[in-house]
Amino acid sequence: MSPTAKNLFTAYFQVGISSFGGANAWARRMLVEKRGWLTDREFAERLGLGQVLPGPNAMNTAIIVGHGFCGVRGAAAAVAGLFAGPLIILSMLCLLYDRFGHLGVVRGALAGVASAAAGMMLGTAFKLVRGARPSAPMVAIGLTALGLALWRLPLPWIILGLAPLGILAAYLEARR
Amino acid sequence: MTDLLALMAGLAQLSIIAVGGGSAVLGDMHRLIVEEHGWMDDASFARSYALAQASPGPNVLVVGVFGWHVAGPLGLLGATIAMCGPAGLLALGFSTMRARLTGAIWLRRIERGMVPVALGLVTASALLLGETALATWGNLPLVAMGLTAATAGFVFLTKASPLWMLGGGAVLGILLLG
Repeated sequence: MSPTAKNLFTAYFQVGISSFGGANAWARRMLVEKRGWLTDREFAERLGLGQVLPGPNAMNTAIIVGHGFCGVRGAAAAVAGLFAGPLIILSMLCLLYDRFGHLGVVRGALAGVASAAAGMMLGTAFKLVRGARPSAPMVAIGLTALGLALWRLPLPWIILGLAPLGILAAYLEARR
Repeated sequence: MTDLLALMAGLAQLSIIAVGGGSAVLGDMHRLIVEEHGWMDDASFARSYALAQASPGPNVLVVGVFGWHVAGPLGLLGATIAMCGPAGLLALGFSTMRARLTGAIWLRRIERGMVPVALGLVTASALLLGETALATWGNLPLVAMGLTAATAGFVFLTKASPLWMLGGGAVLGILLLG
């Protein structure tokens, strides 16, 4: 069963308004489990491409999924659906923050969320590393990227310098 | 208005180099917003990120909060468009070519080769964010580090919703700082 652009908008709208802590897990739930438009494997392929491309992963994945079903209209519908709800909710939160942000309760809550969110990203990164099953050269490249980024080297330099090494490592890995 | 245009120009550049997602360039956003232009300090930067986490939606929407801080509702929209537009067009172009490229060995090698770079950058962003968050905890940095480490362990070891840790962190923050 292939969705229309309207179906894509509706599905991604629901993904957008429910996706606390990042949209990818919720997108998978909707597209694979609830609507059955994609298999797990098909979703993983699209998600992988969304991550390789620069820019927000969830948006890239929505574009690739939407485009695959309904061309440019599908891509536009998926992205519009994904962002519409969260943009409105976030505007309201910003308004509230401007008014109540000086209160100790709000500051305390946001401090807690900030530290937990950093841990959430860290744990997700560990999960992705585990899933990637990197070879030794891959681990070395990843650690180099980590070290250079912590050392505050600008990102384009890191990517330009390490991408060729990463691709070389991928070729070596495949030859074994 | 000049500030918003400067923010949008900076974000549009980050958009096309953000391999690994918006969070991979969080460090560069910090450099742009806190270090270069001084639009906010460390603590407000961390609170902005937390505000975005407290809202549903793609993680990249944190740039909307930065935009709001610089230029109100128009800033929220402008920053989001600047961060998403260039990468979105690129993804659309790629998606159009993809049918022809599927199965090409060299494409698979490139995809695989970018994985360690992306993961190294995401890890660095997480650590930098954790460090930035320390600024919101005043004289309790050890509690903040413990919370970050505990959440990382929770997410890594379980499949339960991270909302539990985000909510628990909020309660802890209110109790200790509120």
